[in-house]
Amino acid sequence: MTCINPNKNRLRRSMMFLNAQKPSLLKDPYVYKADSLMFDLEDAVAASAKDTARFSLYHALTTLDYRGAEKVVRINGLDTDLWEEDIRCVVACGADTIRIPKTESADMVKAVEEKVEAAEKEFGRPVGSTLLMAALESARGVMNCYEICKSSDRMIGVALSGGDYTKDLHTTITGTGVELMGARQHMVIAARAAGVQCFDTVWTNLDDMEGFKKDVRTIKMMGFDGKSIINPRQIDIVHEIFTPTRKEIIFAEKVIREIDDKKAKGIGVFTVDGKMIDIAFYDGAKRTIALAKASGVYKGDL
Amino acid sequence: MINAVGRDIPEEILKQTGKEVFQGSHHFDGAEVRTESHHIKIRNDGGSKVLPSIHDALVKCGIHDGMTLSFHHHFRNGDRVLNMVIEECHNMGIRNLTIAASSMGPQNDPIVPYLDDGTITNIRSSGVRGKIGKAISEGHLQGLAIMASHGGRVRAIKSGEVKIDIAFIGAPTADDYGNLGANGGRADCGVLSYAAPDALHAEKVVAITDTLVPFPNFPQQIKGIYVDYVVAVDSIGDPTKIASGAAKPTTDQRKLLMAKYCSDFVAASPYFKEGFTYQTGVGGASIASTKFLADEMRNRNIHMALGIGGMAKPMCDLLNEGLIRELVDTQDFDLEAVRSVAENPHHHFIMAGEYASPLTKESYVNRLDIVILGALEVDTHFNVNVVVGSDGYITGAQGGHPDTACGAKCTIIIAPIMQGRIPTICDDCTTVTTPGEDVDVVVTDYGIAINPKRQDLIEAMKDTDLPITTIEHLRDIAYSITGKPEKVQFEDRVVGIIEARDGTIMDVVRQVKPFSLED
Amino acid sequence: MEIKKPAIAGTVESSDCLVSVEPGDGKIDFSLESSVANQFGHQIRKVTFETLERLGVDNVKISIVDKGALDCTIKARIEGAVYRSADQYKDLPWGGAIQ
Repeated sequence: MTCINPNKNRLRRSMMFLNAQKPSLLKDPYVYKADSLMFDLEDAVAASAKDTARFSLYHALTTLDYRGAEKVVRINGLDTDLWEEDIRCVVACGADTIRIPKTESADMVKAVEEKVEAAEKEFGRPVGSTLLMAALESARGVMNCYEICKSSDRMIGVALSGGDYTKDLHTTITGTGVELMGARQHMVIAARAAGVQCFDTVWTNLDDMEGFKKDVRTIKMMGFDGKSIINPRQIDIVHEIFTPTRKEIIFAEKVIREIDDKKAKGIGVFTVDGKMIDIAFYDGAKRTIALAKASGVYKGDL
Repeated sequence: MINAVGRDIPEEILKQTGKEVFQGSHHFDGAEVRTESHHIKIRNDGGSKVLPSIHDALVKCGIHDGMTLSFHHHFRNGDRVLNMVIEECHNMGIRNLTIAASSMGPQNDPIVPYLDDGTITNIRSSGVRGKIGKAISEGHLQGLAIMASHGGRVRAIKSGEVKIDIAFIGAPTADDYGNLGANGGRADCGVLSYAAPDALHAEKVVAITDTLVPFPNFPQQIKGIYVDYVVAVDSIGDPTKIASGAAKPTTDQRKLLMAKYCSDFVAASPYFKEGFTYQTGVGGASIASTKFLADEMRNRNIHMALGIGGMAKPMCDLLNEGLIRELVDTQDFDLEAVRSVAENPHHHFIMAGEYASPLTKESYVNRLDIVILGALEVDTHFNVNVVVGSDGYITGAQGGHPDTACGAKCTIIIAPIMQGRIPTICDDCTTVTTPGEDVDVVVTDYGIAINPKRQDLIEAMKDTDLPITTIEHLRDIAYSITGKPEKVQFEDRVVGIIEARDGTIMDVVRQVKPFSLED
Repeated sequence: MEIKKPAIAGTVESSDCLVSVEPGDGKIDFSLESSVANQFGHQIRKVTFETLERLGVDNVKISIVDKGALDCTIKARIEGAVYRSADQYKDLPWGGAIQ
């Protein structure tokens, strides 16, 4: 199956969870400007409202204009009798991406993909237009991260779900990040190896914004692409940390100009600010400029 | 007759009230107006003015049917004075009273039955929140409810248009000579600004206190020379409800979003410079924008010369920090403000007339650079409604809204484009309280609209990253989400008047028609 | 569709509505209590009848307690109640009767 969605690698610094059962949340969450909105049919929705949440989601996504925010839907787990109808609903209403909870193997992704493709055909949507992402919520899922990342061409990336994962690990969320260290490191390496994105778990203590900032800085340094969030209050902090600094942008500009310029002249030695640089800087510099552009802080001509 | 904001004012209302239609905020600029005053019963005995009860005061003041009684709203939702006095009038069988209050709210719900039985037949107030507003809208008041701004009320009193027969002034402290203080009692309210015109112009002035202090009572905000009688009662107000505006800093992201847009706008405007003057409300977004603006003041080393109007902790904090030079205060919304005005020598009590009256040799509002205000509705003509809900019911008060909007060089409204399913930005306000000619900027969660008459501001914002758009575009977004609302159906009967600050008629409020589905 | 048994969907939270359906007596019996009735009462009725028509429901007592729900929410709650009444939770006609 070939992915035909051109937005597969779009910017996803902030992915905000929203309970699909709450009309007040569905109305206009895009004003807060999260990169992705994650409409939840799973944990946030009470067992007694699983059916009605789908109708709310369907009409919200087909009626309201979410103004460029990515529309991700977290479906119910493959261990329920809900996920197949969830997929029909989600594909029919034109969501961009499906988040698969509790993913443990490539086979689970393939099972979802099969249903997605069937739904795309049923509802007359281009086959390959619906993207997938996998939430890893167990030790087994984390161990199988690479094969999960490689399981489908539709796969945009993997997200850590820290609450369940730490339970499986026989520990808890401590606020220090120690318990998440291994999973984070492993996932980001696997995701990069597979060429997909990697997203971090939520930070639930809204009273500890300093702790949240520290957490975001940590995962940014580790190489993550973004973070799942639970409250609009967290968006600005994530975006600020994920936005390249002025210094980084200027350096990236110099790197790109230098390498483009020298290459054109057939020269293979590059220097920026008097120091030799390697060609390996090039892709990183391009990424920095792309991120700066997407964050609205770059107005140059690169 | 159509007025300057396009509202059709019925001829019979013009005839009944003897008023003119609104012809623009500056129509009477430069006019010469003679002020009226009152009778004084000369007293020369040096004795105590204390009477044993409200009943005695009413008798001494010659209470009779058809009188106008005035009250202030400094005790806000905790006020007990108005209800006590009206209750006593009712018990004495007095009828046909006019209440002339600076404002009324849910604390006055208990007097609703006295509308129906004819004890109260006319109301003058800044507005009416709570059940009385609902009762008026449903036609329970026999006469008219005239809603005036704080400045407009002082004008009406000073010009003699409103003759107050007896002013009842709830006072946190009083001595037997009638010197009244706002602090040091059991129900402190910080200032007695809105009671001041009543003290100066009413025929009789009765102070009601629960804290009688030894003569002489200092500091005093209303002087004994204006007071006829003093009555001590058990309690004039519930202190916990007086300072109910002590809201925690908002965590509502939508309000913070609007506040950031607002403070960025102010900071980018030509008015944000050393020595600027400023007023803001106490809504979550207004308070948050003051806090954001304070950051910008620190960054750019800019100081506010003067903060004006109702006060709450954030402004007092900035005064303490030295970012504000002086505060002139007309109302206190939390205990920090009450304490500050009592203790800080740079935090001053001013009278309502000084603050906002159009019938003066200029009031403070005319010195405002920037005012930040709220709204129930803003229409595409930039007219603002703060009194009547979109469902047609009277639910708010003019307060100082039209006064500050008229006076300030830059009037900014903060409001989300919709509340629930009700679009705030709309084609036409249900009722106009503040004319569009006085509104410069509307800040919403979906962007900022600048009044086209302010090309200078549009130009000033050109190079900013602010989401500047048009009011029509904001309305279109609102309608695209909520749907276009139907016009609310009213009966023909006029139950209230929105009085412009110059005394003309801005709009009328009609009796609501119960909703029923048409076939 | 036939309304087989009474069913409800939704809540009375702000921006939501609570829809109750029960078997009718040969027609559509509509009642509405709305916080925005003055501005949107007729629109809510219109959306209700259109939704019922798409679902093929013409024999129902339907009552709506509305707290300022948008049209998309009103539709969702009506469908939620109707499909509950029919006990159908799978193979729903997304994009067909539901749209």
